[in-house]
Amino acid sequence: MSAADTVPAPRRTGALAAFVLRRPFAAVAALILIAIVAAAVLAPWLGTVDPRKLNVLPRMRPPSETAWFGSDQFGRDLYTRVVYGARVSLIVGFTVALLSVSIGLFIGLVSGYLRRLDAVVMRIMDGLMSIPGILLAIGLVAVSGASMKTVIIAITIPEIPRVVRLVRAVVLSVREEPYVEAAISVGTRLPLILVRHILPNCIPPLIVQATYVAASAMLTEALLSFLGAGTPPEIPSWGNMMAEGRIFFPIAPWIVLIPGCALALTILSVNVLGDGLRDRLDPKIAKRM
Amino acid sequence: MTAPVLSVENLTVRLPAGGDRANAVTDLSLTVAPGEIVCVVGESGSGKSVTAHSVMGLLPKGQLTPSSGRILLEGEDVLAASPARLRDLRGTRMAMIFQEPMTALNPVLKVGDQIDEVLRIHTPMSAAERRARVLEIMDAVRLPDPARMIDAYPHQLSGGQRQRIMIAQALVLDPALLIADEPTTALDVTTQAQILKLVAEMQTRRNTGVLFITHDFGVVAEIADRVVVMQHGRVVEQGDRETVLREPREAYTKMLIASVPSITPPERPPVSGPIVLETDKLSKTYGSTGFFAGKGRVVKAAADVDLRLRRGETLGVVGESGSGKSTVARCIARLIDPSAGAIRLSGVDIATMPERELRPHRRNVQVVFQDPYRSLNPRRTVGDSIIEGPTNFGLSKTDALARARDLMGLVGLSPDALDRYPHQFSGGQRQRICIARALAMEPQLLIADEAVSALDVSVQAQVLRLLDDVRKRFDLAVLFITHDLRVAAQVCDRIMVMQNGSVVEEGATRDVFAAPKHPYTKALFEAAPGREFGSRLTADLD
Repeated sequence: MSAADTVPAPRRTGALAAFVLRRPFAAVAALILIAIVAAAVLAPWLGTVDPRKLNVLPRMRPPSETAWFGSDQFGRDLYTRVVYGARVSLIVGFTVALLSVSIGLFIGLVSGYLRRLDAVVMRIMDGLMSIPGILLAIGLVAVSGASMKTVIIAITIPEIPRVVRLVRAVVLSVREEPYVEAAISVGTRLPLILVRHILPNCIPPLIVQATYVAASAMLTEALLSFLGAGTPPEIPSWGNMMAEGRIFFPIAPWIVLIPGCALALTILSVNVLGDGLRDRLDPKIAKRM
Repeated sequence: MTAPVLSVENLTVRLPAGGDRANAVTDLSLTVAPGEIVCVVGESGSGKSVTAHSVMGLLPKGQLTPSSGRILLEGEDVLAASPARLRDLRGTRMAMIFQEPMTALNPVLKVGDQIDEVLRIHTPMSAAERRARVLEIMDAVRLPDPARMIDAYPHQLSGGQRQRIMIAQALVLDPALLIADEPTTALDVTTQAQILKLVAEMQTRRNTGVLFITHDFGVVAEIADRVVVMQHGRVVEQGDRETVLREPREAYTKMLIASVPSITPPERPPVSGPIVLETDKLSKTYGSTGFFAGKGRVVKAAADVDLRLRRGETLGVVGESGSGKSTVARCIARLIDPSAGAIRLSGVDIATMPERELRPHRRNVQVVFQDPYRSLNPRRTVGDSIIEGPTNFGLSKTDALARARDLMGLVGLSPDALDRYPHQFSGGQRQRICIARALAMEPQLLIADEAVSALDVSVQAQVLRLLDDVRKRFDLAVLFITHDLRVAAQVCDRIMVMQNGSVVEEGATRDVFAAPKHPYTKALFEAAPGREFGSRLTADLD
């Protein structure tokens, strides 16, 4: 028995190519998403004008060669506003996902491992979960005024418990693994056990969860803005645009439809990409679903 | 001679491309006559289960394909049969029982209905007739009180009873061929003995041909009429039981048989080193505590266990599942907190020590676990796993790595393999790595918790020899937890037999094996399969 008997490690080259071939929908979704992110970042250089510039003459023009998406009731260029609006959705989606995953990961790890804390922490999480995000947002806006920060906080808080539950479930199953017990018996301290042996098992499901959180955060942001409790009206966001265009829908439907389509496309892409990642990272769950 | 029930002719089953060999089974031929038990024996990966599944037509589609040969069941080629015909044959002409009685039964259906289902599908019998037939077969497989048990759910039955339900289900239509795929591997020895007796009895009474898949030569010695030895998908040797077991022709068969530990313990001088470990009325109670629990059942997993272990000595803790042997080990390693009693490590009581004070003592007690596939973190190199402990206690990474290289050599692996990942090693190699990880801590006490139970016999013998080597070399005290009496006989100086959380008998291994006093110990020894067979062979571990 020697090292020569051991099985060679499977090669990891071509993993990207394999992903594209086996999950073409997820690959297309990833491409669309990259395009949307690029558009949001490069907005000022993409043939846009000032998104806030009012223009009385060309009001509610339908889409045409000069103004691709037409203009709204104040004569603002809709193409410009849709491109800039992507910024809001993406920032909210990304920030909420990052915040809720990192806070949830920490709480989940600790509460899953320390049984004494567990009961208390999980009851608090149950409490948080029962707060409707929309209501919390309206409350926060009433207290501190409409801003992107308020929206992000309001959406993040109810998402945290979902992440905590996911992480805790992984921790509860992994902590019984003999290799964790072996680490305990060689005297590894608790923080190191969590980071070294337990955390890596939480990452794949968390990446997947993060995509779902991002998608749902974008939707909630749009909804809040539509209700007037979200992004302040001076910042172009897809929700705002739809809210402002709503009463003109019968005569200028594009004002509502175009941002609506942009929102739908973005969320669909994120979700499809999430499904693809789930199949790739966690084949067991994928089969069960 | 009557026509065989089953005749497999030159069967070859292809593996998917990119495997470690081209065929799962190559050019296999065997026959099973009516009323005959043919044991197919081999180590993991020998192709014995694939053979069984091919006969049943249960190979996973698209992964394993029989590429040539014939499987004749009473003259009819199973490989050529249509799916509908196969379904018909399964149940009526051939039936299979599986290893895991916990998962092979549907947990949400009553066991009676699960037997009844076979009759409903394959016969035109009325409900009343079927019920009578189910009761009859349940009685035949010696299930107590069939009239009551027919309405029980699987979780209400013990493992042995579930396996009896499986057998009843398989035999209810009197198939000509019964395939048993390691049916007793998941069971305790005493239950195993009953099930083996039952299979033999049913087979004689109904003249069924039995194809019995096993890895255990004890079982072969107990039950087989003929034996087929397989390795790497090929038949190495076949013949009747006496010939194969007593006068094996092939080197591989000889090696396999020689690897089976003898049940007769060798002479061992008493050990007189200083006491390393002593427990005093050690108890662990699982019960309902906490806010929502209320007053529930209290389970005594271990009750008043007193043990004493000297330096250089191996103490075997023997018992069936649920006897509390692992609980004791886990309490001593402080992986769980004991409910009462003292654990003295070289005189210091660690039973109730808080984690912070306990830490320096942890290095003195190291554990090798049962499952080699789960005891190493799959995402870390084996080197990282081995040096984790020493670096925890302040050794520099370079020094720890140097020690790890030495230890790899000591456990018979190449020091260059330190930067590989666990999945690149076989089960036996991983168990060696786990031993190296334990030794890196320079412990006084090594706990082997069923450390060789998941290994094939030939690998098991090597790992046992390694454990014995390191015990001598480092003058370790070893607490050896096992359910396998043969292994215990060979490695332990003293043994302690546990039942339902209590120690029922303790003494020098030779004395206990020669003259067991407690009725439970006697029952345990009675149940060990193939006792006569092992005692004539001596697998010398020294």
